[in-house]
Amino acid sequence: MPKVKSLEDLMKIKEQALKDLKMRGSQKRGKIVVAMGTCGIAAGAKETLKAIVEALNKNNITDVAVIQSGCMGLCEVEPTVEVRMEDQNPVVYGHVTPEQAERIVKQHVIEGKIVSDLVVRKGEV
Amino acid sequence: MAVSTNTILICAGGACISAGEKSVKQVLEEKLREYALDGVVRVVETGCMGACDLGPIVAVFPEGVYYQKVNTENVKKIVEEHILKGRVVEEMLFEGPQGKIAAEVYEEHPFFKKQVKIATRNLGIIDPMNIDEYIARDGYFALTKVLTEMTPEQVIEVVKKSGLRGRGGAGFPTGLKWEFTRKSQSDKKFVVCNADEGDPGAFMDRSILEGDPHTVLEAMTIAGYAIGGQKGYIYVRAEYPLAIERLKNAINQAREYGFLGENILGTGFSFDIEIRIGAGAFVCGEETALINSIEGKRGQPNVKPPYPAQKGLWGYPTLINNVETFANIPPIIIKGADWFASIGTETSKGTKVFALAGKVKNTGLVEVPMGITLRELIYDIGGGVPNNKKLKAVQTGGPSGGCIPAEYLDTPVDYESLKELGAIMGSGGMIVMDEDTCMVDVAKFFLQFTVDESCGKCTPCREGTRKMLEILEKITRGEGEEEDLEKLEELGKIIIDSSLCGLGQTAPNPVLSTLKYFRDEYEAHVKEKRCPAKVCKDLIRYVIDSEKCVGCTACARVCPVGAISGEVRKAHDIDPEICTRCGSCIEVCRFGAISKVSP
Amino acid sequence: MVKVDLDKVREIVEKVKKETLEEGDILINALHMIQDYYNNFVPPEAAEEVAKLLNIPASRVYEVLSFYSMFSIKPRGKYVIRVCKSLPCHVTGGREVMEALKEKLGVEIGETTEDGLFTLETTSCLGLCGVAPAIMINDQFFGNLTPEKVGEIIDNFRGDKNAKE
Repeated sequence: MPKVKSLEDLMKIKEQALKDLKMRGSQKRGKIVVAMGTCGIAAGAKETLKAIVEALNKNNITDVAVIQSGCMGLCEVEPTVEVRMEDQNPVVYGHVTPEQAERIVKQHVIEGKIVSDLVVRKGEV
Repeated sequence: MAVSTNTILICAGGACISAGEKSVKQVLEEKLREYALDGVVRVVETGCMGACDLGPIVAVFPEGVYYQKVNTENVKKIVEEHILKGRVVEEMLFEGPQGKIAAEVYEEHPFFKKQVKIATRNLGIIDPMNIDEYIARDGYFALTKVLTEMTPEQVIEVVKKSGLRGRGGAGFPTGLKWEFTRKSQSDKKFVVCNADEGDPGAFMDRSILEGDPHTVLEAMTIAGYAIGGQKGYIYVRAEYPLAIERLKNAINQAREYGFLGENILGTGFSFDIEIRIGAGAFVCGEETALINSIEGKRGQPNVKPPYPAQKGLWGYPTLINNVETFANIPPIIIKGADWFASIGTETSKGTKVFALAGKVKNTGLVEVPMGITLRELIYDIGGGVPNNKKLKAVQTGGPSGGCIPAEYLDTPVDYESLKELGAIMGSGGMIVMDEDTCMVDVAKFFLQFTVDESCGKCTPCREGTRKMLEILEKITRGEGEEEDLEKLEELGKIIIDSSLCGLGQTAPNPVLSTLKYFRDEYEAHVKEKRCPAKVCKDLIRYVIDSEKCVGCTACARVCPVGAISGEVRKAHDIDPEICTRCGSCIEVCRFGAISKVSP
Repeated sequence: MVKVDLDKVREIVEKVKKETLEEGDILINALHMIQDYYNNFVPPEAAEEVAKLLNIPASRVYEVLSFYSMFSIKPRGKYVIRVCKSLPCHVTGGREVMEALKEKLGVEIGETTEDGLFTLETTSCLGLCGVAPAIMINDQFFGNLTPEKVGEIIDNFRGDKNAKE
């Protein structure tokens, strides 16, 4: 990585990163973001993450990325997972146990139906 | 806070509301409480499910079973049959056309309303291990602006004008701190980020470091430029290994991109940052103690002045701000001082991150504009007190803060109002307590904390807090005398006046504020040897109501000391001499026959 | 008794020195790494060697070791269990979790189990109040605990030992 030397350099990185964040122009059809702050991990986020990766593998889904992020603040419903599919509003799910994670992959990622009972928030922040 | 096993969606579309949804929900919740399922089963209102003629509609997940025409009577069946026994209630099943129904959660969680995110703007949104995602959300644009367009004096002017005050506790104006450090003459200066977050109940700094480490690095570099410093240290407590890992990664990435190191952005300005790790000492959050700890010594405080801005790390001028304070800096630079100053109150600008904990439904981190009332914070965002209990008090500021009783819930939250009530803003820990909390016990708890964490350097804090704790222990044992209360107040005032650092100067606050607002509770302990909240073990007894006891023997089997006796199918009895007040029996009794009494 | 390999101590101190940008005091960082290496304690011989290497009196090392609660000069278990004793954990059932741990392990606070696996300690706030009550075992965290759950966690760690050794 060459060092950033000007505002123009920075703008370029931002534009590319914004595309990646929203996934337009990238190879992926969607991404699943698992909140992996210490509180999330203490509530079991690692197992959730593992279950998501396994569920994706099991169903041969390769165009959905699994990513970690920090804590979004609502510890009460940890572990939390955000599902962001192309051209759809992102959805944040709470209380995502490994079993629920499997449901989310099946229902939301594969069938395209939101798992209503786990929804914590919808839409862009 | 058990993880829900079931979620019940109840339609709150206009049609269903008119068909009695509200009262159905009430009955449903009551029924769940009756079976102690209120923690395990979540009830969520949804938007119209589209089957209005058959409403109110109730859906049970994860099974995805929909029920129609639910009323206050048959809703009980859903709990008793479906939830408890796992049997679908056939006669209530939804009969409409398949696919007609689709439950959509009504609105986003109320938790997110009323929040204004500045310091926590990126939390949960970006991948903290990826600098590009930080840049995508305008990361490092503030640094670029500062280095290419602004003089150090202009930067300080913006921070001053924004009205930002230290978020770590004392609320000192940040811009002034920067200015003092800038004006100190020295060829070497340091920037220190205080990430030794130790107040019980506060975890915003950990979350920021874990979720958005670059914002701290960027702000520290801006501060370095403003004060004329070359090097920064982040002092993180060892209890936060994940934060340390993410910071290390962020520092490496920032160095790679040239945001840290020599000749940043080709401007000739050089700055680098290192992490120093604590080793388990609360007092290190005090700035002079923190400096000693970075230098590799015992983390004990020094007398101020000289202030760190004059003589800090290794004797050089040092700027110390905490994590949340730094996290506000990049947005202030980008959006301007006026924007920031337009949020909040006259004396407290911007937002504050609070950590809601204790007896509140939605525990977690919230960032709200200064001046919001405690009621909005606890009820609108926090969802109120669970289990229909009454709110008794709110504790802010951890062991340095105080308890605010329920009657002051409409107080706006800012530095001055909280101080007037005998509490402090502190680092933003907010612990909600309900009617089951004993205020003497709470005071004792915080004092125990201070006694453990007092570094021992000055006598008032070391000996004084210990004496206060002894008195409180005496009171909770039921051996308190009336003059003890005055003694507590007197000792408290002396400790505040004569302690060396912030830890001792604030240690008596939890006791003094509870004495002020809950004196009757202290008096009940002292005069009547009674604990009104039924918490203090020496002042309570467990009793079995012979009317309600069916003699199932569950309690006798679980009692670890064999204090419960009785024949099968006959009322049992607890021997108070043997009973250790562990409470196991209450938990297993399914008939509500066991209760606590205080004479 | 643990045998103290002084070469290893020297190696650790050198490494910490190299990672530090500026010649500052690296004592606490070095002690952290030595403590990690010796399974949760700093042997007195190692501490003396650190003093020599850094050219400071042994008393300076000792005063630091004795001041910070995370350091120990007594051997501790392979897993140090730190139970959060702050108010948010206390009011959400932390007391019961602590009792369950004591009973399960058969030790009091500050003690190590006979098999040398676990040391039970308290800690000030872990910052996990949102998922209280919480504990930390070495550098892993566990939240939303109940007496049953901690029992399972301990069993898992015990099983771990059999699997790994």
